[in-house]
Amino acid sequence: MGMTITEKILADHAGEKFVEPGQFVNVKLDLVLANDITGPVAIKEFKKLNTPQVFNREKIALVPDHFTPNKDIQSAQQAKELREFAKEQELTNYFEVGEMGIEHALLPEKGLVLPGDLVIGADSHTCTYGALGAFSTGVGSTDLAAGMALGETWLMVPESIKFVFKGKLKPWVSGKDLILYTIGQIGVDGALYKAMEFTGEAIEELSMDGRFTMTNMAIEAGAKNGIIAPDEKTIAYVRERAKRPYKVFSSDPDAKYAQIFEFDASDIEPQVAFPHSPANTKPISEAAGIPIDQAVIGSCTNGRIEDLRITAQILKGKKVSPYTRLIIIPGTQEIYRQAVKEGLVEIFLDAGAVVSTPTCGPCLGGHMGILAEGEKCIATTNRNFRGRMGHVTSEIYLASPAVAAASAVKGRIAAPEEVR
Amino acid sequence: MNLKGKAWKFGNDIDTDVIIPARYLNTSDPAELAKHCMEDIDANFSRKVEKGDLIIAGDNFGCGSSREHAPISIKAAGVSCIIAKSFARIFFRNAINIGLPILICPEAAEKIAEGDQVEVDLAAGSIKNLTKNEVYQAQPFPPFMQEIISAGGLIPYVDQKRREKS
Repeated sequence: MGMTITEKILADHAGEKFVEPGQFVNVKLDLVLANDITGPVAIKEFKKLNTPQVFNREKIALVPDHFTPNKDIQSAQQAKELREFAKEQELTNYFEVGEMGIEHALLPEKGLVLPGDLVIGADSHTCTYGALGAFSTGVGSTDLAAGMALGETWLMVPESIKFVFKGKLKPWVSGKDLILYTIGQIGVDGALYKAMEFTGEAIEELSMDGRFTMTNMAIEAGAKNGIIAPDEKTIAYVRERAKRPYKVFSSDPDAKYAQIFEFDASDIEPQVAFPHSPANTKPISEAAGIPIDQAVIGSCTNGRIEDLRITAQILKGKKVSPYTRLIIIPGTQEIYRQAVKEGLVEIFLDAGAVVSTPTCGPCLGGHMGILAEGEKCIATTNRNFRGRMGHVTSEIYLASPAVAAASAVKGRIAAPEEVR
Repeated sequence: MNLKGKAWKFGNDIDTDVIIPARYLNTSDPAELAKHCMEDIDANFSRKVEKGDLIIAGDNFGCGSSREHAPISIKAAGVSCIIAKSFARIFFRNAINIGLPILICPEAAEKIAEGDQVEVDLAAGSIKNLTKNEVYQAQPFPPFMQEIISAGGLIPYVDQKRREKS
């Protein structure tokens, strides 16, 4: 019987020829990730284990990206704990502010995650790396502590759901729109405990950046992982970054799926997820006109170079609407540098946007753009839960960079065509 | 373990941002986190909840972020058990790993009303509604998960296993 790509990667790391959904497996880990929020808790638990050393000092990545550059004294303390642990354990993959980026943009860029890998991270958006054809999933700090000590963890093999996107994308429609549309169709627990496998012509058409956006938000449908089988684009992306061998897996034609969804991508408009659920999606035609106070373009979902290029395309020669704030956050230093080189940052500054150093910052209501009572924000981030970005009465609308940039120009939710 | 107390009801898709908002994540001190438990969905929860009380919820409890601070804040607030129709997967693992008892039981989640007195036998998976004089049955967790919970979490469990071996 055939296996899905997810099952094959789990089998490979469990030392099994065959695994099936529902089976518990103990798997070897290629990379274990934590940040400045989840890391300190994991370190505290790790120390209770009386294990002097992590299992492999090259396979732990610690990225202080959430409340950094330190937003207050307590956050500084947490970042310090992370730094001191990295020094003490002589970890090779600690990234200080200055070389740090948003973890899920940074690790693929550095070639630390490769096709066929199995990665756990104490961050729910660890599922991002599925775009490389890897199995990656979020865990809590205690699971991470055990992973750092043992280099392995237990997992239940998930059932897979296949999403086939046929047809070509309309202008201004991106990976963000496809994933918001999908979550809108199946709900925030539509893929609970399951693997979401994305395939079809429209997925092939997406750049790696667009694919990372899609697998990044698999967790927003409750999924264990999101995954896209590697193709030439994947290999081109990893070829210049990989410093070790990797394995390319793909699903067998007779692999079993719990469900198969077929969507016609050419029917899908830019999407907007209304407060307070990522599944509360509507096409832009039903969202345009809602006034906004702030727009945020960035995050592990949409802070990559393609996102900034699209933003610049919309903003070129335009101004951000009066009394509206536009905050743009490149995902990594490399993306930031590239945006400077291509003249994108100048376009942003001319438009009246602010450009921040890489940070998760406002996405989870940390810093760099917190909302006041009753304020509305359009954001390219991943969650619009109640109070996520600030005051409990504030509202977040999720959308693509094109829609967020157009909305910043208009001071209300707007379609890209209204500006370009 | 005495899992007995008053029921506090919540709906579907209770996310980790309302369980413990990120503005409090600059600490991992359980007592401090407990003060803000469920704050963005019920501002007075931490003042009302008493030791032993239970949270009863709908589908997908604990969705969103992987922050272990969420189950930590609930446990430190004195909640003895969460009964839900279903749990988000990271929250599920985190709860077990920190030794916070949870049970999946759609019937109990439907029938228990806010304020009902509830008693749970974790090993058997049975849930007694003392107010309504009803019993609901949940699938008990496999023995290794129950051992983790009764040890107080994954780390004490691993420690206990090591001692047994040596």
